[in-house]
Amino acid sequence: MPNAKIIPIHGDDPIVPRLVADLEPDVMARLMEFWEFVQRRLAGDYSVDDFGFDPEFNDKVLMALVRPLYKSWFRVEASGLENVPDQTGALVVANHSGVIAFDAVMTQLALLDEHPAHRHLRMLGSDLVFQSPFLGEIARKAGHTLACHPDAERLLGDGEIVGVWPEGYKGIGKPFAERYKLQRFGRGGFVAAALRTKTPIIPTAIVGAEETYPMIANATVVARLLGLPYFPITPTFPLLGPLGLIPLPSKWFIHFGEPIHTDQFPENAADDPMLVFDLTDQVREQIQQTLYRLLMQRTSVFG
Amino acid sequence: MGRIVLVTGVSRYLGGQIARILAKDPSIDQVIGVDVIPPKFKLSQMQFVRADIRNPVIAKVLGEAGVDTVVHMGVIATPRQAGGRATMKEINVIGTMQLLAACQRTPSVKALVVKSSASVYGSGPKDPAMFTEEMQPRHTPRSGWAKDSVEVEGFVRGFARRRPDVAVTTLRFANIIGPGIDTAMTTYFSLPVIPTVLGFDARLQFIHEDDGLEFVKRAVLGSYAGTFNVAGSGILMLSQAIRRTGHKRVSLPEFLFMPVGRSISSAGVIDFTTEQLRYLTFGRVLDTSLAQTTFGHTPMYSTPQAFASFLARREVSVA
Repeated sequence: MPNAKIIPIHGDDPIVPRLVADLEPDVMARLMEFWEFVQRRLAGDYSVDDFGFDPEFNDKVLMALVRPLYKSWFRVEASGLENVPDQTGALVVANHSGVIAFDAVMTQLALLDEHPAHRHLRMLGSDLVFQSPFLGEIARKAGHTLACHPDAERLLGDGEIVGVWPEGYKGIGKPFAERYKLQRFGRGGFVAAALRTKTPIIPTAIVGAEETYPMIANATVVARLLGLPYFPITPTFPLLGPLGLIPLPSKWFIHFGEPIHTDQFPENAADDPMLVFDLTDQVREQIQQTLYRLLMQRTSVFG
Repeated sequence: MGRIVLVTGVSRYLGGQIARILAKDPSIDQVIGVDVIPPKFKLSQMQFVRADIRNPVIAKVLGEAGVDTVVHMGVIATPRQAGGRATMKEINVIGTMQLLAACQRTPSVKALVVKSSASVYGSGPKDPAMFTEEMQPRHTPRSGWAKDSVEVEGFVRGFARRRPDVAVTTLRFANIIGPGIDTAMTTYFSLPVIPTVLGFDARLQFIHEDDGLEFVKRAVLGSYAGTFNVAGSGILMLSQAIRRTGHKRVSLPEFLFMPVGRSISSAGVIDFTTEQLRYLTFGRVLDTSLAQTTFGHTPMYSTPQAFASFLARREVSVA
């Protein structure tokens, strides 16, 4: 093509220099930083811990994705963060609700963003999570692991903040009519783990998650066919299809309660079932009372 | 009187290496190497006996030489190298049975070191994040090398019960990797396009071959009865390891991964068993604190460093 216009790569073209000049030095630095980040990730040059937790990926990618939900959609108000230690291990025990475990993710983000020491919450999930493609992979990268004694004790022993939702599927899969009524608290395994590692238990109450997906019925037949613990029917799902997956923008409160210390108990307290039951009840009662208090203070669901 | 050590599986890489290391050690008088096929490389300073451990003739070798330590390195992971899965199983299971029967009859045997594998723990979604030695598998391996290893360990435990005077050391190795060794794993990471399971990212752990040999050597020279996990510190995610190789990655849904993996295996490109494919889906991590405190030795290479050492070999061979 003899008539093709020659486009100079360097020099004359005034647009490129102007664009670069227009950028604030701060923005340039951030762009460079981002580029380095991408390069390093693509080269596999980062480290993960023994659980598969990838702190960089979690903080810069996963948490960034859910932060708008935390700030603008649910407008989460976190309180009692002073009850969560800065350095040492602790067991955060909270109520579970809302069909999809957004409450767990919001609690994780509350501790990362609003706690002065920016603590990572390491949750204990069911084996169904780690069996599912993508979900299991992301859960590991976000620092979570299987709910079992060895893992709970290892994390607590390493001084991590561990999160448990003892109501499990009974909690998130319960009908709307039973909102804010705590379900049975598993077998109290989390209390035994805290006793063995002498770490404090922090009863945590979450208000707002119940109203994200008001579940009016559970299609048990569909659930059994899909191998799920429950299959929710809400006013919008499955009626509106994918649109029904959008959570209602309820206003959320997360309160980290007064810690229950476990270091005053004798060495083999974890093997005393009566003590474990009593402590489990105490944690459950404290969460239930905090839930009632937060609900009384709340002026409206979408406030 | 010095020591007389018998090493099985000397014609294979690790067996040959450990036999050579032991032969150089001044506290050991004689090293007897045993294998069915003659070694491809020269085994200096040691006696090679071409014998099949599946045959009772091994008892004669043990008794006549007055062997005091048996190092069992003869458990095979790769069916193709052994000449098919049936032969591999026979060498692993029947061979170990015969070897242990011979050891039981030989009063001079005072120590037994067995190279086992972390694959005895199986691999699956119900696994704890890290396995300690006393944990039972949550997903018992049902095929291949992993199942053989489970059976071998069973025989070894039986032997330890019947001969309580013998110090039995079982070493459960994570995948051994490094500049010299060829395994299914090293072949996998050398594939130009590396298949993985869509939606899963396994946690992998490696032990450098030099560290692995060091632990076997220490087990022979010292006396550390028991079962130990041996792996380099830290882990690599499968996706991360692939990024470090610089190769392409192709993610296949689970229902395609197993058949594709198996057909690649049968085409002879790579020796993979179902258990290894499961490992590449769910991964597995060992708690190695017991071995480190008992042996007083920490592996020189961490898992990422061991992997880097394997990658460095590849770059040299390309250049």
